[in-house]
Amino acid sequence: MAKKNDLLPGTLDLLILRTLARAPLHGYGIALSIKNLSEDVLTVEEGSLYPALQRLLLQGWVKAEWKMTETNRRARFYTLTAAGRKQLGHELSRFEQMIAAIGRVLQDA
Amino acid sequence: MDSILWFFRKLGFLLRREKFNSELEEEMAWHREQQERDLEADGVTPDAAQHAAKRQFGNETRLREQSREAVMFGAEGVVQDSRFALRQLRKNPGFAVTAVLMLTLGIAACLSLFAFVDAALIKPLPYRDPTRLADVAESVQVFPRSNLSWEDYRDWKKLQKVFTGFDVWTGAGLLLNTPSGVQPVMGARVSAGFFNTLGVKPILGRDFRSGEDTPEAPRTALITYATWQQRYAGRSDIVGQTATLDGTPVTIVGVLPRDFHFALRGRADYWMPIQELNGCEKRRSCHNLFGVARLKDGVTVATALANMKSIAAQLEKQYPASNRGQGAAVKPLSDQIVGDVRPIFLVLFCGAALLLLIACVNVSNLLLVRAENRRREMAVRGALGASRGRLVLQWVTESLVLVLAGSALGIVTAYGIMRLLMRLIPTDILDYLPYLQGLTFSPRVLGFAALVALLAIAIFSAAPALRLSSTDLRADLSEGGRSAAGTVWRRFGSNLVVVELAIAVVLLAGAGLITRSFYQLLHVSLGFAPDHLATLEVGAPESTYAKPEQQVQLSHRVISELAAIPGVESASITDRLPISGNGNTTWIRIQGHPWNGEHNEVNERPVSSGYFATLKARLITGRFFTESDDAKSLQVIIINQALAKKYFPGEDPIGKIIGSPSLDPKSLRQIVGVVDDIREGQLQEEIWPAVYTPFNQDADNYFDIVVRTSQAEQAVLPDLVSAVRKIDPNIGTRDPITMAQLINNSPAAYIQRSAAYLVGGFAALALLLGVVGLYGVIAYSVSRRTREIGVRMALGAQRSSVYQLILKEAGLLTIIGIVAGLACAVGAAAFMGKLLFGVRSWDIPTLVSVAVLLGFSALVASFIPARRAASVNPVEALRAE
Repeated sequence: MAKKNDLLPGTLDLLILRTLARAPLHGYGIALSIKNLSEDVLTVEEGSLYPALQRLLLQGWVKAEWKMTETNRRARFYTLTAAGRKQLGHELSRFEQMIAAIGRVLQDA
Repeated sequence: MDSILWFFRKLGFLLRREKFNSELEEEMAWHREQQERDLEADGVTPDAAQHAAKRQFGNETRLREQSREAVMFGAEGVVQDSRFALRQLRKNPGFAVTAVLMLTLGIAACLSLFAFVDAALIKPLPYRDPTRLADVAESVQVFPRSNLSWEDYRDWKKLQKVFTGFDVWTGAGLLLNTPSGVQPVMGARVSAGFFNTLGVKPILGRDFRSGEDTPEAPRTALITYATWQQRYAGRSDIVGQTATLDGTPVTIVGVLPRDFHFALRGRADYWMPIQELNGCEKRRSCHNLFGVARLKDGVTVATALANMKSIAAQLEKQYPASNRGQGAAVKPLSDQIVGDVRPIFLVLFCGAALLLLIACVNVSNLLLVRAENRRREMAVRGALGASRGRLVLQWVTESLVLVLAGSALGIVTAYGIMRLLMRLIPTDILDYLPYLQGLTFSPRVLGFAALVALLAIAIFSAAPALRLSSTDLRADLSEGGRSAAGTVWRRFGSNLVVVELAIAVVLLAGAGLITRSFYQLLHVSLGFAPDHLATLEVGAPESTYAKPEQQVQLSHRVISELAAIPGVESASITDRLPISGNGNTTWIRIQGHPWNGEHNEVNERPVSSGYFATLKARLITGRFFTESDDAKSLQVIIINQALAKKYFPGEDPIGKIIGSPSLDPKSLRQIVGVVDDIREGQLQEEIWPAVYTPFNQDADNYFDIVVRTSQAEQAVLPDLVSAVRKIDPNIGTRDPITMAQLINNSPAAYIQRSAAYLVGGFAALALLLGVVGLYGVIAYSVSRRTREIGVRMALGAQRSSVYQLILKEAGLLTIIGIVAGLACAVGAAAFMGKLLFGVRSWDIPTLVSVAVLLGFSALVASFIPARRAASVNPVEALRAE
């Protein structure tokens, strides 16, 4: 069976939080945004956004509401909460630490 | 705070589950549509767009499942799984019933034995702070724990520095006047502070006051709760009532609590202060008391022992005649009470635990086979989107259902077993195990049941889950159960059956050893013919039978009345029945032999002239007593062979004189005969030197009757009672019993027999389960190898070689199981060493017969599937694919 995504573990949550930090978006929008911003490098298995979003909802880091899209269809828009913003900070610094660590290892090698 | 919010959010999801699901679906559908539209806008054909969108989105069912799992409570899934599990089990009732039955059996055995262990060994004794209580006694060479004398006790109490309370007790046989005549009852005499030291408060009335254990004080008694209920119908005005005991009115001052018991005494209905010292008790050398003491804070048993030892040494110097060799013994009270039964209960409990283990192993094996057969189902569910965790959870739920059913049935069955076992224990044995009255499903027992259930669930879910995690779903899906027996199953399943067989060997060997030990015990040489003997205890009131002449006269009348009963060949009297235990000893000194003040402790038994003839004991040399050995004639004595060997080596004892250590002229007796060793002590005890004196010269108002009958001895028992009552209705009688019953119900024989029955029962079940397990493994292996066997036969293999193939597989497992089991059995037997009598733990005949029995059963069990394998029709076997 194909791997679900090639992201580092825990990175998906970070990407979602970061994307939502710019503006509230629906699931499809999040997927597009990640894909475009990463210039097609990070292509997640799009469906796996949804379990991740449920987890974030449960943690209270994002909230969701149904809104009309420009095509006049109902879609669920996710907004970052204050707690989510704080979490994003945590995750970012953790991620940077990790990247720095990996970088050091790679340089040394 | 966070976790509370989290919980409420989760609850919110749960309450709006339908909405959650439909919204999720809508959201996902919208996502895909949007994607399709974008792709089409890029110029992709609608068909290809739909495809690409789906591919990019991933497995929608699984993602939905994952989203749901993310927010769902665990319980919700369990409910679903349980429903599914029940459906699965209903579909395969044979499996479910077998598994639940095996579990029920194991759990019931284990729980009921644990309840016994709990009641006897774990539940605290019904005293205040029981761990601070100690049993205090003197100690001599032959008795590591021997009675205190009243005089020694008074000195110890005065000199000791380690106890906050130190009191003594002794048993007492009492004659109670009742409307229907005199009845012997069990009692105890204690020093006044006894209950205070134990920390027991009467529920009605009051405790003894200090000073009530003096001759001047009015007569008082405390009664037990059971006596109050049964003899006095629980009347509320019991305090202040009078009971006539041994012809003396005694005021009942209180009722002891319901849960009070004092196992060292056994049963005692009436508790009285030690007031009037009897003739013996006035002497420092008269040992008939035991001490109970409460340790001061911070004082250990060892410190207390050291203190008592130094006091004993001091008294030894002070009173060399009476106290030579009298040391001290101090033990925790609970050790003294349950120390003897601890090994037996632990061995039985271990037996039951092994049985449970074997049952669990058998069930896990069944589960493994099931897991093997459901590989495809699991693979399909995995492919349809069930996560691995969810699949494992499914196995856990199925074991949960099995274990819950097994536990529920097991608890009910254990309750039945406990009731049954309690009914099977004779009351006189129960009197010495009073803590078993508290046998219930205590919270500890229920906790243990829960623990067992949890362990079983863990074991059962581990096996198939392990199977799941180590395989590739895709391979399972494509192979779909057509493969030969899975390697995992072969690796685990067959090892498990080895464990089962090994446990069966251990239990069988244990049962074999105990049975042999029991047989040895019942076949020790008794020194008399125990058949056709009937016995009865007699107590004559001291008021009418105080003087020796009166007692002798009574004994003559009793013997002549008994001899007149039709069917009675001969009647006789002793002051203590054989097999009842060493004790009632005296110190002897032989005139003319060197003596350095040592205490030569020997059993002493006054007997009537016809006693040895009635018992059919063998005379070695000299003569037995005759009726003319009486108060007027020369004082005589008969010794047993053990005494002759120990004190008269290479010397003819006949005509020699034995006396007390001081050779007081009144104590001197001439040896007139040597009798073969009669087993006075319990069956497992050693033969002690013993002296026998003529009852005519050494009478008592309490004695035992022994008669030899020509027909069934059981039939004359009522006649014995009525014959004695005819002489004087005020004489009490107790325990009419035959010698055969006495031997069979003796504590040693009783313990060995019950252990033999219980462990034997466990072993039989273990054998059955082990062999069934082996059968299952081989039969399953054959069913998985049908095709292979078909191919072999098509290629020209003989039926005999197919037999060989299967039996070799079974034989190897059996041999490994037996060898491993024998090794463990020898180790286990060393653990029960204390219980075994006359059998070594590596008793070769037992081990060999166990191996043969198990080997044969295993052969039969594997022969059936081997036959099936050999009768495979190769054409059918190959076409079936």
